[in-house]
Amino acid sequence: MSDTASLQLKANGPQPQINDKESKGLWADALKRIVKSKISLLGLIIVAVFLLVALFAPVIAPYDPISDSDLVKRLEAPSNDHIMGRDSQGRDVFSRIVYGARISVKIGVISVGFALILGVTLGALAGYYGKWLDGIIMRLMDILLAFPSVLLAIAITAVLGPELRNAMIAIGIVYTPHFARIVRSTVLSVKATEYIEAARAIGCSDLRIIMRHVLPNCIAPIIVQSTLSVGTAILDAAALSFLGLGAQPPDPEWGAMLSDGKSYLQKAPHVMLFPGVAIMFVVLGFNLLGDGLRDALDPRLKQ
Amino acid sequence: MTRYIIKRLIGLIPVIIGVSIIAFLLIHLIPGDPARAILGERATEQALNSLREQLGLNDPLHVQYGRFMGQILQGDFGRSVITNSPVIEEFAARFPATLELSVAAMLIAVVVGILAGVISAVRQYSVFDNVSMVGALIGVSLPIFWLGLMMQWLFAFKLGLLDASARLSVGISLDPITNFYVLDSLITGNWAALKDTLRHLVMPSFALATIPMAIIARMTRSSMLEVLKQDYIRTARAKGLKNNTVIFKHALKNAFLPILTVMGLQFGTLMGGAVLTETIFSWPGIGRLMYEAIMQRDFPVVQNGILIISLIFVFINLIVDILYSFVDPRIRLE
Repeated sequence: MSDTASLQLKANGPQPQINDKESKGLWADALKRIVKSKISLLGLIIVAVFLLVALFAPVIAPYDPISDSDLVKRLEAPSNDHIMGRDSQGRDVFSRIVYGARISVKIGVISVGFALILGVTLGALAGYYGKWLDGIIMRLMDILLAFPSVLLAIAITAVLGPELRNAMIAIGIVYTPHFARIVRSTVLSVKATEYIEAARAIGCSDLRIIMRHVLPNCIAPIIVQSTLSVGTAILDAAALSFLGLGAQPPDPEWGAMLSDGKSYLQKAPHVMLFPGVAIMFVVLGFNLLGDGLRDALDPRLKQ
Repeated sequence: MTRYIIKRLIGLIPVIIGVSIIAFLLIHLIPGDPARAILGERATEQALNSLREQLGLNDPLHVQYGRFMGQILQGDFGRSVITNSPVIEEFAARFPATLELSVAAMLIAVVVGILAGVISAVRQYSVFDNVSMVGALIGVSLPIFWLGLMMQWLFAFKLGLLDASARLSVGISLDPITNFYVLDSLITGNWAALKDTLRHLVMPSFALATIPMAIIARMTRSSMLEVLKQDYIRTARAKGLKNNTVIFKHALKNAFLPILTVMGLQFGTLMGGAVLTETIFSWPGIGRLMYEAIMQRDFPVVQNGILIISLIFVFINLIVDILYSFVDPRIRLE
């Protein structure tokens, strides 16, 4: 993406001007391509529904996810009143899944946000300043990548203490190298261009050059990576909660719900079935959208 | 070739040192006093002191790291604070179970993934292509522990076809030779044990294979699509070669490089997945050992365990790189 394209985006926003045959800027074009591809559109719809469910959880959920419990009717099979049945504490599974969407949004935003801020900063510093700083930062990233990522996240959460906050930090740490690598390689390719030289010649500070001229060029790959990472972060956080390391009862986090349901697998499989399906759909949505964005933002496909 | 391998081995040294530093620092990430975190709130001051002494927590950090590295170089990976047995012995005892599971999972992933990818590429945009690629996307979006438990519900509890936990049923005996149960039952000609082993192995290995299978299928498809467009494929067809010969001998052979890299990288996924899969299938491997250590706050096992697993991971990637240079000699020359 060129610098001017990003400025144009800021000025115009993503409103498509239908009759104009000229390019409307990167984002409007990308949105058009996503809507055109059925499979990316499906991803976009799933993600939109997921965000809406999280936003309107109190309106959608018929029961309170924690306090509305009836131990006499625990593990009750799905019925008209409780379309996904009741869990081991007699709580409504559907309401818990709806509220669980909020926790998943939080997991996605915080853990990927953590990796994004840390990774972009480190990648930009490594790429822009090069030399020994680049060597140190990128070797550190290589070392983090030398660990199997889920295992490292498990170990970090285990030592920090079993809590959702720690699980999110751990996931953020293991995702950081991916962002750092992407940003570094883009920065390296931009650094040598003439407009950066020009910016330097008119006396821009390094910080200004990085923030205003270099980083806007990394936005497309960062957005693709973030979208895909939100999906895997939800998946990894669910795994950590399932092992008892992330969200703790009675929080309606989907992985924690699976952990609760596993003891009743034979008697009441519905308690396990629905949270798993919810995770699968949301992660699938982010994967489809991420793949679609990658194709849509690929400048080689742009006419 | 030897020079290339030596160069790669030397390049590993900083990575191994870095990995060891991170593993070493893990125990210092524990908020508060690590000794108290391990022994619990009610531990006596005497017990705390003796544990601090055992773990060397009273020394300055660099002294502790020096000792940690020194011990590792002598093959000493510390002791469990629960059982007091050496971590390396516990690992060695459990490793064959994990290796058997991982190899089975990798086999499934490679065979199914490559086949699905090849067929999808050859019949691009067909129903098979669409179904298998959507299947692959779902495969990477599934929580594998959930898939494993759902498989248990269906195949073990409802249909009674397969077994849901452990490696062998109670009452079935097998003389351990290699501790790979499939091999052992084949060597001893113990068919009852072989059948029972396979009944236990199928579900966890399928669950563990899901993600690598999906990734290998997608990689094979895109790599094959690239190769099938090449001129030499057209030449091969023009010569009148059979379709299968063109696809498997001419195309797949050249499409194999990126697939090989992905296979190497998937070993990490298998090791992370092993903790989850082994936990739900009560599989007595290193994944379950790690899980138990975490639950018992046996941090020396966690710390050294992750170090051992990461070292194995680093070496597997090295082996893949060396294999890669065998398949593509250009890499050695760079």
